[in-house]
Amino acid sequence: MDDFYREVIIDRYKNPQMRGELDPHDYSYQDDNPLCGDEIRIDLRVNGDDKVTEAAFTGHGCAISMASADMLVESIMGKSLEEIKSLSKDDILELLGIELGPVRLKCALLSLKVLKAGIYGMEELEEELL
Amino acid sequence: MMAPKKALDPRKIRADFPVLARQVRPGVPLIYLDNAATSQKPSSVIEAMSHFYEEMNANIHRGIHQLAEEATIAYEEARNRIAKFISAESWQEIVFTRNTTEAINLIAYAWGLANLQAGDRVLLTEMEHHANIVPWHMLSDRQGVVLDFTPVTDDGKLDLQAYQDLLLKGPKLVSFTHMSNVLGTINPVEELTRMAHDAGALVLIDAAQSVPHLRVDVQAIDADFMAFSSHKMLGPTGIGVLYGKKDLLNQMPPFLGGGDMIKRVKLDGFSTNDAPYKFEAGTPAIAEAIGFHAAIDYLDALGIENVHTHEQELIGYALDRLEEVPGVKVYGPGPDEKGGVASFTFDGVHPHDVAQVLDQDGIAVRAGHHCAMPIHEKLSIPATTRASFYIYNTTEEVDALIEGLYEVKKVFG
Repeated sequence: MDDFYREVIIDRYKNPQMRGELDPHDYSYQDDNPLCGDEIRIDLRVNGDDKVTEAAFTGHGCAISMASADMLVESIMGKSLEEIKSLSKDDILELLGIELGPVRLKCALLSLKVLKAGIYGMEELEEELL
Repeated sequence: MMAPKKALDPRKIRADFPVLARQVRPGVPLIYLDNAATSQKPSSVIEAMSHFYEEMNANIHRGIHQLAEEATIAYEEARNRIAKFISAESWQEIVFTRNTTEAINLIAYAWGLANLQAGDRVLLTEMEHHANIVPWHMLSDRQGVVLDFTPVTDDGKLDLQAYQDLLLKGPKLVSFTHMSNVLGTINPVEELTRMAHDAGALVLIDAAQSVPHLRVDVQAIDADFMAFSSHKMLGPTGIGVLYGKKDLLNQMPPFLGGGDMIKRVKLDGFSTNDAPYKFEAGTPAIAEAIGFHAAIDYLDALGIENVHTHEQELIGYALDRLEEVPGVKVYGPGPDEKGGVASFTFDGVHPHDVAQVLDQDGIAVRAGHHCAMPIHEKLSIPATTRASFYIYNTTEEVDALIEGLYEVKKVFG
């Protein structure tokens, strides 16, 4: 128990630092995990160098999914979109500081999935427009 | 004065289930409350299956040799045993499938293809498991069949007036669950069947949650088709049953093609075997049928009425105790109208987190939508935590669940 629900996870779940919406935004994407009903939306603003200047998330779900979203969004401040694209499962697990089985891993990774889909999706759209 | 005699003695029963002696983690015993997903297996079932492989493993219905004959007899004895257990008229009405899901799909494909056309209606309910929704959606996509759903009332029961009204639309088939795997609601299947028959419809009953827990008499209910699984009633996974009235099964075209389901095969065609073999293409789950037989023997020795009474006692106790926990809300009807299933939400805590905290204490519950998204949507909740009971569960385990929920409160409070 102490391992799984580390104080920081419960704290982030109850008192998220990065919750909110950005309007206008440069990137925004929303997705859900229908298996458990978790839902996450992430909004980003970037500067001319494609570095994240502001980021926020909204949504609902279990403590693992919400805490991971909060920590992930905080961790990408100042990062370039290219750096964000290279984030992996291990980076999320490192942020959370716990080990997860296959079912809970899906909870933890939803925010990363949303973040990457937002960035890739927008770029593809831009390529189409060019 | 003597204490009233209990329906079952779970302490004695537990000794027959090897896995219940396991510690989930060192010093943490297993408290298994996920029986609606699958039950644990007694030694007699495990041994019956090992015995088959060690003593008589052979393919059935073909070989002339001694082992093949013994295997064939054991497999067919299982079929006979199941027929008696649900009071079917004949063993020919028992088709072995992989599980409840496959049995329902068999009806949707074989009966549905032959008997339903675009615009024909099938009447389901809002409390169905996905296994009794998706095959009909697929049939609808293929053949233009129209689906109706009997609504569920706020107290978790079928709205019988709405059901009567939907029957007026003239469905060809009505399919409903005997017992909801989320709400635990035990539906009045005899009444529902009579009303459907009066409206000219055939009736398929999803009995996955009822046959393991209460006396089910297919002839008294007058069901046309019924589906259930071995693994929820102490037997192995990989085998289930489609019950069908003999004349209906014989009129149906086959489902899967292959060996055993044919009488004769030529290069330009084939003729089908009689029911039930017509629906059992390929080598079936032989050891599993034998394990299933042993499971029914075990349940019958306890008395299925005693099983039901024991679970009524447990769910009554569990509902009382759950009510004590602030923030817990249980869904479904009261204990008199439901089986041993308690699905609940916990204010401010996601079911995944509830289940995760409980798991730390060795308590196994299910969290999610339990393969029944529509009923959760109806209740306007994304997911629930579900505790479900069986013959080996005790009131002490219910107490442990409640203590675990207070622990959840402490972690997330």
